[in-house]
Amino acid sequence: MSNMVKLTINETAVQAPAGTLLIDAAKLAGIEIPAFCYYEGMALQAACRMCLVEVEKAPKLLAACVVPVTEGMVVRTESPAVVKARKTTLEFLLTNHPLDCPVCDKGGECELQDMVFKYGAGESRYTEVKVHVPEKQWSPVVFYDGPRCILCYRCVRVCGEGMGVGALGIVNRGVASEIAPSHGDHLECDECGACIDICPVGALTSGAYRYKTRPWEMEHVGTICTHCSNGCKTTLGVRNNEIVRGNNRDRSGLNGEFLCVKGRYAFDFNHHPERLQTPLLRVNGEMEEVSWSRALQAVVAKFKAGGKAGVIGSSRIANEEAFLLQKFARTVLHTNNIDHHRSGDVVTLLDALSGKTATLGTADDCYNAKAVLIAGADLSQQQPFLANQIRANYRHHKAGVYVATQGAVREDKIAKGVARTSGDCMDAVESLRDKLKSEPELLVLFGDSVKGEGVRKLVAFGESLGIPVKYICLVDYVNSRGAMDMGLLPDLGPGYHAVEGAPGMSLPQMMAATDLDLLWVVGANPLARHKLASDKAFVVVQDMFLTETARRADVVLPAASAYEKNGTVTNVCGQVQRLKRAVETVGAKTDLAIIGLIARGLGVNLGKVDADAVFAEIQKTVRGYNVPLPVIVTGGAAQTMPVNGRVPATVLPELIQSSRDTLFTTGTLTRYSKILNEVLEAPGGLYR
Amino acid sequence: MTFSPELEARFADLMTHYPQGRHRGALIPMLMYAQDEVGAITPDLMEELAKRLGITVLQVDEVVGYYSMLHKKPQGKYHVQVCTNVACMLLGGAELYDHACEKLGLGHKQTQASGKFSLEEVECIGACSWAPAIQVNYDFHHEVTTAKLDQILEGLQ
Ligand code: SF4
Ligand code: SF4
Ligand code: SF4
Ligand code: FES
Ligand code: FES
Repeated sequence: MSNMVKLTINETAVQAPAGTLLIDAAKLAGIEIPAFCYYEGMALQAACRMCLVEVEKAPKLLAACVVPVTEGMVVRTESPAVVKARKTTLEFLLTNHPLDCPVCDKGGECELQDMVFKYGAGESRYTEVKVHVPEKQWSPVVFYDGPRCILCYRCVRVCGEGMGVGALGIVNRGVASEIAPSHGDHLECDECGACIDICPVGALTSGAYRYKTRPWEMEHVGTICTHCSNGCKTTLGVRNNEIVRGNNRDRSGLNGEFLCVKGRYAFDFNHHPERLQTPLLRVNGEMEEVSWSRALQAVVAKFKAGGKAGVIGSSRIANEEAFLLQKFARTVLHTNNIDHHRSGDVVTLLDALSGKTATLGTADDCYNAKAVLIAGADLSQQQPFLANQIRANYRHHKAGVYVATQGAVREDKIAKGVARTSGDCMDAVESLRDKLKSEPELLVLFGDSVKGEGVRKLVAFGESLGIPVKYICLVDYVNSRGAMDMGLLPDLGPGYHAVEGAPGMSLPQMMAATDLDLLWVVGANPLARHKLASDKAFVVVQDMFLTETARRADVVLPAASAYEKNGTVTNVCGQVQRLKRAVETVGAKTDLAIIGLIARGLGVNLGKVDADAVFAEIQKTVRGYNVPLPVIVTGGAAQTMPVNGRVPATVLPELIQSSRDTLFTTGTLTRYSKILNEVLEAPGGLYR
Repeated sequence: MTFSPELEARFADLMTHYPQGRHRGALIPMLMYAQDEVGAITPDLMEELAKRLGITVLQVDEVVGYYSMLHKKPQGKYHVQVCTNVACMLLGGAELYDHACEKLGLGHKQTQASGKFSLEEVECIGACSWAPAIQVNYDFHHEVTTAKLDQILEGLQ
């Protein structure tokens, strides 16, 4: 523990560790010092002068955002001199500011507006004409309104330091200063929108949200981003049953305020005009819109008829849905023919770790581990939040970053060691051995090119380093991990127990089986990459859109999106978080409800079909899921316990293949997100 | 983009003045020397220096836009800068600037068609003790009067 420094702020005795900035020490004591340019975790700027405070014995006011606390310091944050200085600073900031709050997106949650309101600096002694420059659009996502900008550099820093992109800068001087994008008149960047969210004023606005509503007219619902496996908390702004905004300004959840373009803006698929709202039934070869009861009758009749059945689940449905689906398959359809598209070899990792001291890593570990090895994954593209954690770890803790990948990746820039491979990474990893050995501990993240024996070799390599090692097996989507934990596998049931009876068919085997009578696909699109060999198979599909698989279906049941349901999902690190319904469905139903309705039609009892009840069952029966409910219910992330012991897997890891999504793609869903398509088509779009 | 051997030698020497990993610090002198040779800070030049120093063109642009002695457009052979900041203004800087405008037939940041003279009204150039002051290219002239200004300009060929 570092030395504590004693000081006095506003006549109150305060203690803070040596080196703490005055502004943070005040915050610890519950005293707010206003600040525009200061931002926790970013480089110091001291550009705005908003944080001036009076320090006894100092000849003039000091900027609290850059002054560290010293013993015996006596500070006043609201003295008449300070208040006057703030008022003057505000008057200065407003010299060219248009004060168009009534039409500005930020109105109601603007830091400048709040300050001016508090210090009453709305009137100005300046009589000069305000400098006006027109607003500019830099990308489908980012718009810049120069006159509103107070030149705090937050956007420049969050893009450069935070995102590691560096697409923004400040050009010119004095009254002509403005923020400029990377490529003259446009941006070529991650389009993450971090700059927009961090902007204290309305200078940066987003193509998705601008001029749509006011902050106080929305309901704010905290749920989990449905795209990648990192499981970021995203707070959806909902108005008139439509999602109009996504951000996480309250920093709740494991991701703090981080979101990538998908979490911030790619909720728009939810309102895509092609969303299915009515069940479809194939009548005389043609798809017809029918009522729910008629569609369900057709499904129930076929399920009753029996025959060889296959069930394919998804990495985007909730844990409860996946659990109930496999329970249905195993106890009602009496089959182990159940699988999902697997994107990482979690199964072998769990088995390889059995009896070892090494454990699974978490999102926190990405930020705290002294050293990190990225093996065979383009982290900034495929795992945006984990990549952000590692960048922050490097920035704040000088973590040793090592990269063993096939091609150049963004992490190369901050890496202590880089090795390229043309195969399964082990050669590259091996070449880093000496450097890794000298680290006190290591977190290893590996992608889908490390599977089967590769995983075992990697774990053996970790063991041989003689330092504590943790592992994260990277997977694709929001519930890729949960799908496996819940037993959407032909050889393993919930909690990775061996199934009763013989293992069933894997996904490719089901696709290739010419004698399949029934195929039930819940939230997946296997026909995008496989051919269905069985012509006679009666295909039931639950989905939001008419995907390739849905087009081949005999019955299509319109499913709710992740933003329209309650339930839980498990992220890449095994952290369970809660989905919270943000909007009501129009004609669709949740997969959980649909499974329940089919069961009812068949007259079977699956227990209470309700997200909370099924989760209670999961807690009781699935290994590792006995997690504290209050953590989840309050919107936190609960770590599942690792499976201790061997995993009796029989299915080949060769089936594992990541979709290799980029920052701007999200599997089949990509095509239904207008913003992602616009970004992909924008001039200079980076990651095609 | 290629530079003269002299300039390259200068750049090479500059690099020895900055510690490893801090070479970007050489950006300002590089820009100034290169501007003298190229005549202006052209887009090509910005790209070249960005590449050499391992920074983005935008980062070069930030510097170029900030410093008034760096110009994206070519200046006249003689770039006349008249200070009208406080000290100079009190001692006749503004009148001096008006006089220069009239004499050269130019306004702020304009260049003669012949390319001989360009004019710029500048902020303090650090010669307040001898105000009013002007700067022509790298030469300073102190306690300038309108008569002295005429003389200076006429002396330039
Ligand atoms: S959208 Fe993200 S990557 Fe693009 S400029 Fe803003 S912060 Fe940088
Ligand atoms: S655009 Fe916003 S964040 Fe960026 S400098 Fe201006 S006010 Fe600050
Ligand atoms: S990193 Fe993943 S979970 Fe987080 S916002 Fe992006 S897509 Fe969503
Ligand atoms: S917050 Fe201290 S100067 Fe801006
Ligand atoms: S005010 Fe003119 S040189 Fe300083």
